[in-house]
Amino acid sequence: MKVQSSKLRVQSFGIILFLLAAFYILPPATYADEKWPGVDESVVEKYAGEHGREAREPLINTDQGDLLLFVFLLAGAVGGFIGGYNWRTLTEKRTNKVEILKKNI
Amino acid sequence: MKAQSSKFKVLIFSLFTIYCSLFTVSNAYAMHISEGILPFNWAALWSIIAAPFVAYGLYRLKKLSVVDLSFKPLVGLMAAVVFIISCMPIPVPTAGTCSHPCGTGISGILVGPAISILVAAVALLIQALFLAHGGLSTWGANIISMGVMGSLAGFLTFKASRSMKINMAVSGFMAGLFADWATYFTTSIELASGIKGSSPFLPLFWKILIAFIPTQLPLGILEGAMTAGMVVLLYKKRPDLLVKMKVLKPEEVAI
Repeated sequence: MKVQSSKLRVQSFGIILFLLAAFYILPPATYADEKWPGVDESVVEKYAGEHGREAREPLINTDQGDLLLFVFLLAGAVGGFIGGYNWRTLTEKRTNKVEILKKNI
Repeated sequence: MKAQSSKFKVLIFSLFTIYCSLFTVSNAYAMHISEGILPFNWAALWSIIAAPFVAYGLYRLKKLSVVDLSFKPLVGLMAAVVFIISCMPIPVPTAGTCSHPCGTGISGILVGPAISILVAAVALLIQALFLAHGGLSTWGANIISMGVMGSLAGFLTFKASRSMKINMAVSGFMAGLFADWATYFTTSIELASGIKGSSPFLPLFWKILIAFIPTQLPLGILEGAMTAGMVVLLYKKRPDLLVKMKVLKPEEVAI
């Protein structure tokens, strides 16, 4: 059990170190002028633009300044809460009320 | 020992969260086809094709929710997973671009393809409305690529792998991998057919598909790993739920 646990630790740290190293060591082969564009920009909109199709402004345009960061953060927080709540509902051990009463008596 | 182990898990989780938060802060652009990219006739066609899938998903959800109350939290969990995963831009260092996994592989396995399509449709609608991600006119096309193709590819790959007696983790990995790749394959078809104009379809399709590869090849592997992790975790925590959802046979749990 102890050996397994330390193995897990080494593996987890190894993965984190590898991910960090990947970011600092590997040179990004960026397609666009901008760094880290989304594939919608570097692929979808690029080829659509070449064929005369441009993206339109969305109906509710939240892509204005830091507003988009805010809505993404909000969406992540709400989504995370809903996911966590449901995960807990699914995995928690339901203790029988009668058993609790018996133990207390 | 146990307390130490859980502390360690919390530390690892926190480090990973900080890591993701720091390095995924970039433009929130990702994969869905943006508003206005597809001409009206193509956008309408994909919406018409998507509509019966979404309607059937609604019907299945209603039917299953009445029969089994424990089904609702699982659908809620999958809805949150698909929503978060499909709007989380992940940088791919080897390509220098960002994209996101789809999450429909795991939802296809756990709640079935019909409800997974519905979950994806809702996630895509919220993203199109409030996150400037995807679009209302391209909603149908995005449902077909991410919802229909992603869910079906994940579900069918998992079923096929399990029928070949491949273990749970590898089956989950393959399902996630093919769900991701099927999504981008379909996006390439939708995009090429929509924007080609008078030029031939196939050369443009291959051009788009090849352009997706440097980003989606590693992301597909990541999605596979995530899917395998979630399936194995649920197998350990709630094998009865997997039996109920027909992901596993009862005798497989007994072993």
